[in-house]
Amino acid sequence: MSTKEEQTLFDASEITVSMGPQHPSTHGVLQVKLKLDGERVIDAECVIGYLHRGVEKLGEAQTYGQFVPTLDRMDYIAAVSNCLGYCEAVEKLLNVTAPPRAQYIRVIMTELNRITSHLLWLGTHAIDLGAVTVFLYCFREREEILKIFENYCGARLTTHMFRIGGTQYEIYDGFQDQVRVFLKDFPKKVDEYETLLTENRIWIGRTRGVGVISAKDAIDMGLTGPSLRGSGVEWDIRKAKPYAAYSDFEFDIPVGEQSDTYDRYMVRLEEMRQSARIVSQAVEKIPDGPLMAKMSKIIKPPIGDIYHSIESPKGELGYYIVSDGSTQAYRTRVRPPSFVNLQSLKRMVAGHMVADVVAIIGTLDIVLGEIDR
Amino acid sequence: MDFAIDYILIPFIKIFIVFNVVAGVVALLTLAERKVAAWIQVRLGPMRVGPYGILQPLADGLKLMLKEDIVPAGADKWIFTLAPVISLVPAFIVFAVIPFGPADGFTILGHKISYFITDLNIGVLYVLSISSVGIIGIILGGWASNSKYPLLGALRSAAQMVSYEVALGFSIIGVLILAGSLSLVKIVEAQKAAGFWYVFLQPVGFILFFACGIAETNRAPFDLPEAESELVAGFHTEYSGFRFSLYFLAEYASMIVVSCMAVTLFWGGWLRPFPSVHNVVLDFLDAIPLAPLFWFAAKVVVFIYAYLWFRWTWPRYRYDQLMKVGWQWLLPLAMANVIVTAVLVLLLKG
Amino acid sequence: MADEQKDSQQPEKPAEQPKPAAPAGEGKAAVPKPPPPPPGAKPAAPAAPPKPKGPQQEPWSSPLVDAIKEKFGGEFIKSYSFLGQNQIEVKKDRIAEIMTFLRDNDIVPFNYLVDETAVHWPKTEEFEIVYILYSHAKNERVRVKARIKEWEPIESVSGVWTTADWLEREVFDMFGVQYLNHPNLKRILLPEDWVGYPLRKDYNIRLQDVEWVRKHLGIDSGQKYYVGEARHEDAGYVTPSD
Repeated sequence: MSTKEEQTLFDASEITVSMGPQHPSTHGVLQVKLKLDGERVIDAECVIGYLHRGVEKLGEAQTYGQFVPTLDRMDYIAAVSNCLGYCEAVEKLLNVTAPPRAQYIRVIMTELNRITSHLLWLGTHAIDLGAVTVFLYCFREREEILKIFENYCGARLTTHMFRIGGTQYEIYDGFQDQVRVFLKDFPKKVDEYETLLTENRIWIGRTRGVGVISAKDAIDMGLTGPSLRGSGVEWDIRKAKPYAAYSDFEFDIPVGEQSDTYDRYMVRLEEMRQSARIVSQAVEKIPDGPLMAKMSKIIKPPIGDIYHSIESPKGELGYYIVSDGSTQAYRTRVRPPSFVNLQSLKRMVAGHMVADVVAIIGTLDIVLGEIDR
Repeated sequence: MDFAIDYILIPFIKIFIVFNVVAGVVALLTLAERKVAAWIQVRLGPMRVGPYGILQPLADGLKLMLKEDIVPAGADKWIFTLAPVISLVPAFIVFAVIPFGPADGFTILGHKISYFITDLNIGVLYVLSISSVGIIGIILGGWASNSKYPLLGALRSAAQMVSYEVALGFSIIGVLILAGSLSLVKIVEAQKAAGFWYVFLQPVGFILFFACGIAETNRAPFDLPEAESELVAGFHTEYSGFRFSLYFLAEYASMIVVSCMAVTLFWGGWLRPFPSVHNVVLDFLDAIPLAPLFWFAAKVVVFIYAYLWFRWTWPRYRYDQLMKVGWQWLLPLAMANVIVTAVLVLLLKG
Repeated sequence: MADEQKDSQQPEKPAEQPKPAAPAGEGKAAVPKPPPPPPGAKPAAPAAPPKPKGPQQEPWSSPLVDAIKEKFGGEFIKSYSFLGQNQIEVKKDRIAEIMTFLRDNDIVPFNYLVDETAVHWPKTEEFEIVYILYSHAKNERVRVKARIKEWEPIESVSGVWTTADWLEREVFDMFGVQYLNHPNLKRILLPEDWVGYPLRKDYNIRLQDVEWVRKHLGIDSGQKYYVGEARHEDAGYVTPSD
């Protein structure tokens, strides 16, 4: 470093660039401060909190039943999973099990939601890297599922489908047929996305070797969900600690090998197929019975605390509820998968080019609503 | 008098026609891009303005012209205004040498009218050098914006275009060896004499030429410098309204230029398939008035469609991969193509 | 102590639930009553209303707990299981060492920190820092709790699992818990210059709103700002650790 160091435009030392909160590719209001050395990223710092709405504080002010719709707004893409996790956590605390019919409906809706979440992920990931058409194709399929959701509960995105103790809405006439029609075409559509991307040199060039994180690092950083499975760790809460009616169904857990963006892409594609498989099994044998467990209208769990987690499309979504015996929770903690996953961005991005940062943010599949709550 | 008519009036009329046709095609191209994109993406595209959205370019043009004229603070106003013009004009000037048909076109009132404006005997050189001037427009645009990111984006675009120009030039040499002339008209006539469109004799050259052409015009998959989702938003960040539309039109005009060149150099220009075969059907096709124009236009349309098709299908290359492809793959391949062509020509002719 | 008393009243239950899971659809909130205790076995009950009879804390012992007791006898408080979820309570000293041990031991290596959060108990002026750990190898989860006074700092475990980095920043942001040896302890969700720690029980949102309206708009907003927030000051309120 000479003493006469001028700060010119083309200074070779580090510059800090901010991928500011408003950016087409950061899937929400996320600010990533990048320290660059020319084109290479040395360090990345995420600034979050732009979407903080105080959901956990609301959990202390609202009753258990009132709090469920608030949770839809957290991970607004996979709203059904949020609902499922919380309802199951409170049910655990109340020592109540939802009836089998409700469990099956829950599984079907959650898996359909997993498909929509992954479709949205694929669309936005592809469009960030330039493959615009995949985005439109994914949304075409997503539209079909959103129509099913709308027919079922009246809402497409923030669905509030389940209640503590079961589900409120009965499945409508024609539900099973509509789901079957969707499932008939869906595997072919996934193959269609594959023809556009999987063997494409440019796609492989943009995703192979990008954002590598070893299994050990991943577990150390708390990465969960498809990102963890892309690193070779075969762990899925639906198999490890089955909840709802998942133990009744046969499905595989796709696992990647090279821990890079391409493998995470393949893992999520395969997960879509497996979700379709679960739904096709479930929709055939929905048991009869009541929809809600017999419990008192006023939900007053016993004193104590509980932790329950489910496999949301983004990772391990956990709820830690401390109850003081009253109708409002004493503390509701949401363990958001995207929040913990986003920490790994720092490690994944080091040494890559600026253009790869976009790919890596896409592959982590984050939702700012969940990160900031 | 004859001189005035042959050398001033007729060229003027031709220039007028060509200019308007090209401008019209460029305008239609904006609509075509949106329509083709829409059909690939399972939707309809512009449908409201005019039947099936045909008048959309009019609406777009009007909108862009009526927008507020924003010049960034501290920007050099003259250069800021001039830069898009510098990009646009060369793209149009190139059409002076592109042959839409043979020299012996048709005769009106005793004056022979050819299907091109002029036949420069260094036509290829003219095209390459004039289209290079367009790069200056991009650099000036980025620089005149007085902002870090447009400048970096402009430099990136310029670096990309310059790199691919080299490979572009090399890919054409094979054709020049075969045709023995730099004049575009003579190249097409050489294809007629050879009986084959040069794409069958120079397939590698064609692929290289078209790939480099796509990179030249900053189109997908080589459009990272101007992509929206990247960090550096590109040289035209600060441009809006009419000036932005000039850059836009310049890009489409260069697309048409590259397509026309590809057609002329490799796909037989105005020639019909099997150009040297004569039989009743094919001669009848030749006799249709303005037949060469039809063949030329049809082939150019195919290439323009290919341009649009690629943009909406493939993801985009990262910048370093882009440069790597240009320098490490296309250029050596183009050089190898030249050597192989030269050797084969020598062997087969000697 | 209360644990042992409760245990003597109820028969030993199988591992999962304190009561065998009622047939689907018939469980009630706040649970079927256990058989009435024999008179006199109950200690002098507090004058408060009788404790809600529900799932109770079961003592939990395992090789892991024994190993912890052996190594960290001074810090270990108790281990129990509630609704089938195992929990360990420890003192806050040497928490980083305890966590390192939990991560590296051979019995059940907890290689994954699921969550780290805090609960505010204003009556005792304590924060309860809760760590939820999971072991991939043994598919087991455990909850470790440590109590600190509101003004005390606690060691950071971000050296043990990097996950704790942001999780502890959030606890700091929301509760104001000071972590020692944390690489980057600053606010994460709220702006840097925010004053106050929102998830504390004495951070009364409605009161703030009422004050803001009074200050900036000059009127009385008329909101009731004690609803829900002040109930913990009510007499007779019980916490699980009573």
